[in-house]
Amino acid sequence: MSPLKISWKSIWSKPLSSALNIMLIAFGTGILTILLLASTQIGEKLDNNSKDIDLVVGAKGSPLQLILSSIYYIDFPTGNIPLKDAQELIHNPFVKRAVPLAQGDNYKGIRIVGTDTNFVTVYKLKTSTGKFWSADFEVTIGSNVAVNEKMKVGDTFYGAHGLTGSTDVHKTHAYKVAGILTPQGNVTDNLILTNIPSVWRMHDHHEKEEAAGHAHDEDKDHGEQKKHMETEDSENHEEHYDHQKEPSSVRPDQTGLNEDREITALLIQYRSPMSVVMFPRMVNQMTNLQAASPAMESTRLFSLIGVGVDTLQWFAVLIMFIAAISVFVNLYNSLKERSYDLAIMRTLGASRSQLFQIVIFEGILLTLVGTLAGIAVGHLALQLIGAYQESSQARLTGFILLNDEIYLFAAGLAIGIFAAVIPAVQAYRANISKILSKN
Amino acid sequence: MIAIQSVSHQYSEANQISFNDWQISNGDQWLLLGESGSGKTTLLHILTGILKPTAGEVLINDTSVYALSSRKLDQFRGRNIGIIFQRPHLIKSLTISENLVMAQSFARLPTDLKRVNEVLESLGIAAKKNAYPSELSQGQLQRVSIARAVINKPALLIADEPTSSLDDKNAAAVLELLLLQSGLNQATMIVATHDKRVKDAFTNTYELR
Repeated sequence: MSPLKISWKSIWSKPLSSALNIMLIAFGTGILTILLLASTQIGEKLDNNSKDIDLVVGAKGSPLQLILSSIYYIDFPTGNIPLKDAQELIHNPFVKRAVPLAQGDNYKGIRIVGTDTNFVTVYKLKTSTGKFWSADFEVTIGSNVAVNEKMKVGDTFYGAHGLTGSTDVHKTHAYKVAGILTPQGNVTDNLILTNIPSVWRMHDHHEKEEAAGHAHDEDKDHGEQKKHMETEDSENHEEHYDHQKEPSSVRPDQTGLNEDREITALLIQYRSPMSVVMFPRMVNQMTNLQAASPAMESTRLFSLIGVGVDTLQWFAVLIMFIAAISVFVNLYNSLKERSYDLAIMRTLGASRSQLFQIVIFEGILLTLVGTLAGIAVGHLALQLIGAYQESSQARLTGFILLNDEIYLFAAGLAIGIFAAVIPAVQAYRANISKILSKN
Repeated sequence: MIAIQSVSHQYSEANQISFNDWQISNGDQWLLLGESGSGKTTLLHILTGILKPTAGEVLINDTSVYALSSRKLDQFRGRNIGIIFQRPHLIKSLTISENLVMAQSFARLPTDLKRVNEVLESLGIAAKKNAYPSELSQGQLQRVSIARAVINKPALLIADEPTSSLDDKNAAAVLELLLLQSGLNQATMIVATHDKRVKDAFTNTYELR
């Protein structure tokens, strides 16, 4: 019967107070685990999605909103920009590569993004089956989309107007799945990609319908979107498509040339580091557009979230501290009751250090079980949170293990030792003759 | 042989107790008599090696116990001295047989479940070996504490007021078991008591004044 087993048995002999201690520790550790996992994942997602993009140009408004909508596909776009202005920027000597984006439709909440092959290059996309979109209304879908919506190459579906909701379905054209992307670990897993003319054409018909007086029940969300994709009179539209088939400087096969056309945003890669200083200022001052740096806005966003994370962190630390005190009080009180037990153990031949071990193991076992339970609960809770998250782009998962969790584990151990060391030293020092003669 | 030689203990300057020399042959059964406050508990603690006297020597089987290091003394106590207290103090979180196994392992002896069964059998409580102390009666508990004291076949068995909290019937039974067990395990026994019911069973008496 080792000291460890005696400690273990002792914990089991008072299940209620042991359970309370374990719960307190598990709660504190659980919160810390969730914070650690979530902030790591959010940080990774922020970095992963914006790592190759130096600047986003879009309509005037909140720069954060522009980044959120065009890099992370979370918020609504700030508005549309004229294609003509975008073209000018694309030809700017500071710009190495520019990716046009046209948003405005969704399929079951998944954004349909009109873009060109620059997008493929920037995000280094590959297809696992099928091919990239080429003709109008052909789409290539992200790996998560394929899994979640059970779509495969050759499937067709109708897009709906707006970025969420499916009240206003574009029944005139069906999209056809041409290919599925390999998992990228970023937003592209949750997007449906097509060419820009598809998005335009979808909305040309939409406008036609509207002009024909069809009831148009758009909720408020859509109202904001409505203007994004507003295009010119539909009478010109056949003409545009002729133009679009001609080579253009953006990407001949896909992006239209018509000067009245609009897109949502431009993702830009700089040609040289010097552009960092010059280009955003030029965009903001010389044009009617807005330039926002993903790196800067992500940092700003993270620092905003950071306040909440910090608060929760301190809250969790406080709980851990209370747990430590609770374990301490528990051990200290039980030591008073058990001092006679411990003295008896000494008369049976137990050494001082064995008594020390019995008490310290009890503290460590309590906090260790609490810490492990807390880490497990934290993972499960985050997985649950992830499952209920609306935005699939920012979905968090609990099923990853981080190296940093070893620190949580170490902290749990440290708390156990901290809480148990005073009672253990008392057990070590106890004068057994005195204790035994008292009774 | 067990002996104390010119032992005295000083709790404070005013409070000093001296004890007469005492020699006990192996296998003897002694009664230690004394009123409360006469230093009975002090002497028992000195004999069991948990209270180092300020002067004098305690020899158990030719070992001067207070000359041993603290760790050695703990082990010596576990192997050679069995103690029965007035109240049967068992570890509540452990079953009866676990309490006995614990005594074996604290003495750094290998776990011997055969011996555990044998001792419990001889005390008539083998049926309770997987029960917890809270499920046993006072008389049964006192038997378990005797079992715990003799589990390691000690050279010296010390009982401190083993009968004072028991009724006549149980007191007689416990006394009988003590005498029987000290004989079975060939242990020298010292019973400290002021219980008149016990006195007649002993021929050797050491009286504290």
